[in-house]
Amino acid sequence: MNETAPVESQGFYTEDMTISVGPQHPSTHGVLRFVVKTDGEVISEAIPDVGYLHRSIEKIGEKVTWHGYVPYTDRADYLAAMFANQVFCMAAEKLAGTEVTRRGEFCRAIACELNRIASHLISVGTFGQDIGAMTPFVHALRERETINNLMEEICGARLTYNYIRIGGVGYDILPETCTRISEFLDHFEPIVDEFNRLLSNNKIFIERLAGVAVVSKEDALSYNLVGPNLRGCGIKWDIRRDIPYSVYPELEFEVPVGTGRVGTLGDSYDRYWVRICELQESCKILRQCLKMLPKGPAIAKVARKFKPPVGECYARVEAPRGDMGFYVVSDGSEYPYRVRIRTGSFTAMSIIDKLSKGIMVADLIALIGSLDVDAPEIDR
Amino acid sequence: MQAYIDQLIQNGYFAGVPKEVVYAAAMVLAAFIVLSVFVAPLAGVTSWLERRVWARMQSRVGPNRVGPQGILQWLADGIKNLLKEDLIPSAADAKLFSLAPYVVFMGFLCTFVVIPFGSSLIVADLNIGILYILAVTSLVVVGILMAGWSSNNKWSLLGGMRSAAQIVSYEIPAGLSILTIVFLAGTMSMQGIIKSQGWAPWDWFLFNNPFTFAAFFLYFTAALAEGNRTPFDIPEAESELVAGYVTEYSGMRFLFFFFAEWGNLYVIGAVATTLFLGGWQVPPITSDPILLGVLEFVVFFLKAYLWVFIAMWVRATLPRVRVDQLMALCWKYMVPLSFLCLLGTVCWMLVFPKGNQIFSVAMFVLGLLIVAYFFKRVLFQIRHARPELYFKPHI
Repeated sequence: MNETAPVESQGFYTEDMTISVGPQHPSTHGVLRFVVKTDGEVISEAIPDVGYLHRSIEKIGEKVTWHGYVPYTDRADYLAAMFANQVFCMAAEKLAGTEVTRRGEFCRAIACELNRIASHLISVGTFGQDIGAMTPFVHALRERETINNLMEEICGARLTYNYIRIGGVGYDILPETCTRISEFLDHFEPIVDEFNRLLSNNKIFIERLAGVAVVSKEDALSYNLVGPNLRGCGIKWDIRRDIPYSVYPELEFEVPVGTGRVGTLGDSYDRYWVRICELQESCKILRQCLKMLPKGPAIAKVARKFKPPVGECYARVEAPRGDMGFYVVSDGSEYPYRVRIRTGSFTAMSIIDKLSKGIMVADLIALIGSLDVDAPEIDR
Repeated sequence: MQAYIDQLIQNGYFAGVPKEVVYAAAMVLAAFIVLSVFVAPLAGVTSWLERRVWARMQSRVGPNRVGPQGILQWLADGIKNLLKEDLIPSAADAKLFSLAPYVVFMGFLCTFVVIPFGSSLIVADLNIGILYILAVTSLVVVGILMAGWSSNNKWSLLGGMRSAAQIVSYEIPAGLSILTIVFLAGTMSMQGIIKSQGWAPWDWFLFNNPFTFAAFFLYFTAALAEGNRTPFDIPEAESELVAGYVTEYSGMRFLFFFFAEWGNLYVIGAVATTLFLGGWQVPPITSDPILLGVLEFVVFFLKAYLWVFIAMWVRATLPRVRVDQLMALCWKYMVPLSFLCLLGTVCWMLVFPKGNQIFSVAMFVLGLLIVAYFFKRVLFQIRHARPELYFKPHI
C-alpha cells in the first residue's frame, strides 16, 4: 500500500526520518518551513510550507488610497523595497495615463539599481554563510551598509524607502549625492573582484555547488522561474531588456546568463554567478544614469485625490528576485478595488520539492540559498 | 614529577602518611593547577582571541569592553552562563544529557597529562604519551554521540552521527601521520620525541624528509577535522543543523562543549609542535634552570599557539565541506597519502639511517620559500583591499 511501509518479514528495516526545517531555522532566510523526509542525510522529499509571514498586503491595498498604499508596498519585499514601489506606481500611472517626468525616471533607475546591488549583496552574502563561509557575509553587509547610507541621503530611509511615488519620485537626488554614488561605485567595483577571490573561486565553495540541484531549461520554464534563477539556466530573459520600461531602453547593459562556469548548466553555482555578474551590470547602469541624469522636476503634477478611471492593468519590473508584477483594478474611486502582487520567490518555492529529491541536507540549504527565496516576498 | 615527590617523601615532609595518599594528593593538585592556571584561562582567552581575530578579518571590532581590549570577555561569558538556568528538555534522556558535556570535557582535559610545557614541566611523561593522546581524545566522540542521542532532537542526532563518522574516520590519517614520527623518534614518549629533535629548524622532524613534511599537513588537516573546526565543522554546522549536537544545550553545559573545542585547538597545536616542530628545544644560550624553563615554555607555547591562530584564520576564510565530500577526502586521499608518507619515511630511514643534514637544510629553505610565497599572496590581498569608505548622512 505504502512504499515506505516497513517490511517486517525481513526483520530489519529503516524508516524515513521527518524533520521540520523551520520556521525557526538559521538558513531559511525568514520564517519558512520545509517538511523534509530524509534517509539519514539523503532527502527523499522536501515540501515547502509557506504562509508564516502573511501580512495581508494585498487586502490592505483595498482599504487605503492609491498614494497611501505606496509605503505598504515597501513591505512586500523589504530587501528590495524600491521595486515594489516602482511597479505599483507604474501600474497606477498606466491606469491614469500619468506621464512620469524624465528626471523622475532616471532617479527611479538610480535608486532601483542601488537597491538591486544591496539586495544581491544580501543574497550572495547569506548564500556564502549557508555554505559555511562567515567572512564574505560580513564583507557583503559592509558594502550594503554604504548603500543604506546612500539611500538615507536619497530618501531618508534605509530599508523601507517609500521613495517612488505616482508620477515620479518623492525627493530629487542632489548633485552631491550623485558624487557620492559615483565614489561608491569606484570603491565597489574592485570589491566584487575581492569577493570573487574570497568566495566565488574558492575550491570548497565550487565543489559544494557545482552540479548541485540542476534546473533544466524546460523545468525552469514550466515551473515559472524568473529573474536570476531563470537566467542561471541559460535563458536570456530580462524584463528590462525584453519588455522595456522606464529608461532602460536607452541604457546599455548585458544580461548575464548561466554558462555552466564550473559544472552543469543551471546548477546552484550558475544561479549564484548570475547575481555576481549582475552586481557589475548594475554598476554599469548606475554610471550611465548618473551621466545622463537630466534637469527638470522629479515628480509630475498628480492630483492629491488620485482617482484613476475604471479599468484594470498589470505592470511588471525586473526585481532582484525576478519578474515582479502588480495587477491593480480601479473602480474609479480613491481606493484600489483589488491589488494582486506576483513575486519571483513564490514561484521559485514550487521547484524546491522537485529538485530536493535525492540530494543531501546540506544541499537543500544550498538550493534554498541559490534560489534566493525571501520569506516576505513569498507570503506578502 | 614522581621523582620530585619521592625526593620530598625521603626528606621526611610527609612522615606518617601512606605513600599512595601522597601520590593521589599530588595528582589531584597537579590536575587542579593545570585546569585552573593553564587550561581554563587558555580556552577562555582563545575564545576571546578567536572572536577578535574573526572580527578583524571581517571588518568588525569584536568584544572590546570587558578588561583591556576585552580580554576578560571570557570571564563575563563564563559567569553569565553559570548563572543561567540549567535546562534539560523534558523529552531528553536526562542522565546521558547531563553527563555528555563532562565526557567531552574529560576527553580533552586528559590530554594535558602528557602535553609538555618544558623540559621539566610535564605532569607525567608516559612512555606511551602520543598513543595516550590518541586514546583519550576518542572519548570526545563518545560524549558527542551521547549528546546527540540523548537530546532527543533530530538535528542533534544528525550532528552526533556526523561527528562520530567524521572523528572515527579522521583518526586514521592522524594516527598514521603520528606513526611516521614515532618511527623516526623510536619512542612514543612526548619528551622522548622532542629530545630526538634539535632546536634548529633543520633538526625538526618537519624538515627531516619530504614525507614528514607532507605528514605534518596531513596531521594538521586531520586534527582540524577531529576538532570539528571549519572547514570540517559539519557536526555543528549552524546553517544546516541549527547547532548540531549542542542544539538543546544551554548555560554551562553548552559552554563545556566550547570550552573543550577551544582548548582542543591548543592541544592540536601542542601535538603538532611536539611531533614536528622541535617542541620546547631552545638554543643553548643559558644554563640557569629557571630562565631555561621559562624560555622553553615560551618557545613551546608560541609554536603551539601559532597553529591555533592559523586554525582561526582558516575558519574565517573557508566554507564548509559537505559530509560525503568530507568522507571522500579522508578515505580517498588522506588515508592513502598518509600510508605513503609512512612507507616513504621508512624507506628514507633505510637509506639515511642517520638522517641527511644537507637535505634537511634544503627542505627548510623550501619551507621558507613556501611561507614567503604565502606572504606575497597575503600582501597582494592586503594591497587590493579597498580602504573603508565612510559615508556620513548629511542631515
